[in-house]
Amino acid sequence: MNLDAKIPDGPIEKKWDNHRFQLKLVNPANKRKYTIVVVGTGLAGASAAASLAELGYNVISLCIQDSPRRAHSIAAQGGINAAKNYANDGDSVWRLFYDTVKGGDYRAREANVYRLAQVSTAIIDQCVAQGVPFAREYGGTLSNRSFGGAQVSRTFYARGQTGQQLLLGAYGSLMRQVSLGKVKLLPRREMLDLVLVDGHARGVVARNLTTGAMERYTGDAVVLCTGGYGNVFYLSTNANACNVTAAYRAHKRGALFANPCFTQIHPTCIPVTGDHQSKLTLMSESLRNDGRVWVPLKKGETRSAQDVPESDRDYYLERRYPSFGNLVPRDVASRAAKAICDEGRGVGSSGRAVYLDFSDAIKRLGAEAIREKYGNLFDMYERITDEDPYRRPMRIYPAVHYTMGGLWVDYDLMTTIPGLYCLGEANFSDHGANRLGASALMQGLADGYFILPYTIGGYLAKGGLAKVDTNHPAFADAERESTQRIEKMLSVKGKRTVEQIHRDLGMMLWDLCGMGRNKAGLEEALARIPKLREEFWANVTVTGTPGEFNQVIEKAGRVADYLEFAETMVLDALTRSESCGGHFREESQTPDGEALRDDANFSHASCWEFKGVGVPPALHKEPLTFEHVKPSQRSYK
Amino acid sequence: MSGKGMNLTLKVWRQRSAQAPGGFVTYYAKNISPDMSFLEMLDTVNQDLALRGDDPIAFDHDCREGICGMCSLYINGRAHGPERATTTCQLHMRKFKDGDTITIEPWRAAPFPIVRDLVVDRSAFDRVIAAGGYVSVNVGNAPDGNAVPVPKPDAEKAMDAAACIGCGACVAACKNASAMLFVGAKVSQMALLPQGHPERRERVISMVRTMDEAGFGSCTNESECEAACPKEISVSNIARLNREYLLALLKD
Repeated sequence: MNLDAKIPDGPIEKKWDNHRFQLKLVNPANKRKYTIVVVGTGLAGASAAASLAELGYNVISLCIQDSPRRAHSIAAQGGINAAKNYANDGDSVWRLFYDTVKGGDYRAREANVYRLAQVSTAIIDQCVAQGVPFAREYGGTLSNRSFGGAQVSRTFYARGQTGQQLLLGAYGSLMRQVSLGKVKLLPRREMLDLVLVDGHARGVVARNLTTGAMERYTGDAVVLCTGGYGNVFYLSTNANACNVTAAYRAHKRGALFANPCFTQIHPTCIPVTGDHQSKLTLMSESLRNDGRVWVPLKKGETRSAQDVPESDRDYYLERRYPSFGNLVPRDVASRAAKAICDEGRGVGSSGRAVYLDFSDAIKRLGAEAIREKYGNLFDMYERITDEDPYRRPMRIYPAVHYTMGGLWVDYDLMTTIPGLYCLGEANFSDHGANRLGASALMQGLADGYFILPYTIGGYLAKGGLAKVDTNHPAFADAERESTQRIEKMLSVKGKRTVEQIHRDLGMMLWDLCGMGRNKAGLEEALARIPKLREEFWANVTVTGTPGEFNQVIEKAGRVADYLEFAETMVLDALTRSESCGGHFREESQTPDGEALRDDANFSHASCWEFKGVGVPPALHKEPLTFEHVKPSQRSYK
Repeated sequence: MSGKGMNLTLKVWRQRSAQAPGGFVTYYAKNISPDMSFLEMLDTVNQDLALRGDDPIAFDHDCREGICGMCSLYINGRAHGPERATTTCQLHMRKFKDGDTITIEPWRAAPFPIVRDLVVDRSAFDRVIAAGGYVSVNVGNAPDGNAVPVPKPDAEKAMDAAACIGCGACVAACKNASAMLFVGAKVSQMALLPQGHPERRERVISMVRTMDEAGFGSCTNESECEAACPKEISVSNIARLNREYLLALLKD
C-alpha cells in the first residue's frame, strides 16, 4: 500500500496557502448538490458540520447522545492554545509548532503541526465572535495562562469549563444550520458500519438507539469525528459512550489505523477508590500552575500530609526538572508519579497516589484567589473524595485520558478510503506520541472549522461520483451484517455481563499496556486477549430485544470491538520497541529513566491494515522526516 | 469500602416505552459503598439484574463528572437528589443512610416524553436553541479576538449564565414545567456580550415563541429551578429574559 501523505511542496510556512490555492473549488451554486455525512458532534464534528453547511453543502449529522451538546469535548477543562502572543512573552506560530512537535516526541507530521499552529489564532477569533465567554482581564482583553509543556502563556480559557464553552459555541453554529435546513440532525444514533461503493465511502449504517431500528444514510463523503478509544482500558477519564466502534468499523472496511499504542495517561486524576468505580475523574492540568506535587521522603510515612515537615518532603518534579518543575509534559509527570509509587513512596490507602498541594499558593495569593481560579475543580474534588483541598493536599494519580493514535489521514484529513475523512481525536496526525495540554481543543476546531471545509471541496470537485441511494446492495449487506452481529450477541445467553468482560480487558491492558510496557507483558496480553474475546462470544449475557431502547446491546457492541481492537493496540506497542512520548517501553530508557527514542528504526507512523479477526494486521510505515525541528532527547530539566 | 456497605430499598419507575404504561418496581441495593456515586449504585443493581437475565434499569448518563448534562433522575422528589449544586452522577452514596428507601423517577414534564424507564426525550431544548441561541457568524468572518473589549464583570456574568448544562432539572423541578431558567441563561449570555447584540431582539422573541410552542409552562417565581440547578444558574437570568423580551416587543 502506498501511504502518500500528500504533503504540499514549498517552504513549510507556505504549504497550506499553496495547497488551498491548488485545491479545486466547488462552484457555490453546486455545493447544494452534495451531501456529507458527519458522524459525531464534538468539537471536530460540530464545527465541521456547521462550517460545511455554511458553505452550502447539505449535511447529515449523527450523534450518539440525546443532544449534540453532550459530546465528550464538553468535559475538557483547562483551555485551548493559540499562538496569539497576546501575553507578549515571545510566542509565535513557529514556537507553538516547535513545542508541539517536541512535545509529541518527534512522532508527528511536521507539515500538519505547522498548519495547526497557523490556524490556531483564527480559532480564538471565531469562538470570541460566537459569544464564547472566555476569561478576561480588567481592561476587557482576553486572559491567558501557561499550561504543561510550554513556557509561554498561550492558553485561553473559560474558567475550568473551556471545552464546554467551545463546544456550546460550535453547537450553536450547528443548531443555526439545523434551523436553516442545511443540517439534518440525528441524535441517539450509533454508526455501526461504513458503506463503500466502488471503493469510495458513500454512507453509513446506524442504529437508532431509541427504537433499535437500523437506518441507512448516504452521501458523497463521510466524515468521522468520533473521538478516542481510551475506554478500551475500562477505567479512563472518558465519558461512558466514548468508543472505538465507528473508527474500528471503518478500519475493518479498509482504513489504516495508525499508532494505536500512543495513548495518553494524564497525571492529575482522582485516584481509584474501589471495584465499583465506573470512571476516573480528571483534575485540570492547570492545577499544576499553582499546586506543588510531592510525596514523603521516606517509605512508609504514616503522618498525615500537614504533619510532614518540609524537610521530609520530596517535591520530585521540581527536583528532577528544575526549569519546568511541576509543568513538565503529561507523559513525564505521569511516569514520574508511577516511579515514585513503585518505589513505595505513594500516599493514600492504596499507595497509588501523590500529593498536589496548594498550601504555598494559598499562603502567597490567598484562598479567595485560588477559589476564583480553581473553585469548581476544588468543589468537584471535595464532592468525590469528601476531603477539603483548601485544607489538605489533593491526592492524584495518572489515568488514561486521550488517545493520540487513530485512523491514518493524509494532509487533507482523508483516510486510506477515498471519501472517508477523519477529524479530531479520532485521527492520528498532530500530537505524535504525546499531546500537550490545551492542544486537543485546538486540533478539533482547526480540523472542523478551518481545514476540512477546504480539503473536502478538492475531493468533491474532482467529480466522478455517481448518485448512490440507500437501496444499493452495499447498504443492504452492511445492514445485514450489523443486524446479525446483534442477534448473535443476544443468542449467547451466557453467565458473564458485558461490564465484567470489559473490566477484565481494561485491567489487563492497564497492567500490561499502560504506563510501562515490556516485551514479556505485551506478549502475555497478546495471548490473553483472544481468549477473552472467545469468552465474550461463548459466555456473555445480553438482555432484551434488538428492536427497542436497549443500553446493553449498545455497550456489548462496543466491547466486542474493543476485544478485537486491543490486539492491534498491543501488537503496535510490541512492535515499537523504542520509547517515545506516552509509549514507554521499559527496555528503552535513558540512565535517569526518561523515554529513549530510537530514531534510526522508528521515525515513522505505524499504520495497520486489517486482515481478519485474530489474524495479525499488516504493518505499513509512513516515514517521518524532520526538516525544521531537529529531533533531540527531550529535556525538561 | 468493605464493612461500611449500606443496604437500600429502591422504588424505581419502569416503563418500557413512551406508549407503554409505567409503574414503580421495588429493588434492593445491597452492600453499597458510601464512596459510590448514585449512578454506580444503579450500575451494581443493573449488574445483578443482568446476571438474572432481567432487563436493566435504563437511565441516561455519559461523562459522569457533572458537565455533559446527560444524567437526570428525580430522587426522593428532588431533581438530581438532595445535594445542592450537584448532578446525579456527582451525588455520592455517603449522602444516604443504611436502610433508606429511595424513590427514583424520570423528569416529569410534558415537553420531555419518556423514552424508557428513567430516560426522557429532551430534544425540545435543542429546538429552543435552534431558534436563536447563537450568534449568526459564519466561519471566516471573525475580527481579531481582542478587537472588541468586553468588561470583565460582563464576561463573568455571561460565563455564570453560560455554565448551564442543559440537563432539564429546572423544568423537572418546576410545577409549571417552565423552561425560563434554561432560556434565560442563554438569552442572558448573549445579551451580556457585545457579540450577541446585533440579534438581541429577534433572538429572544424567537426563543420564547419556540419555548411556548414546545409546551413549557410559564414562570410563577417559585425559584424551584434555581434550587435544583446543578450549576446554580441564578433566577436573575429569568428577570433579564423578561426585560429583554419586553424591550424587544416595545421596539418592534
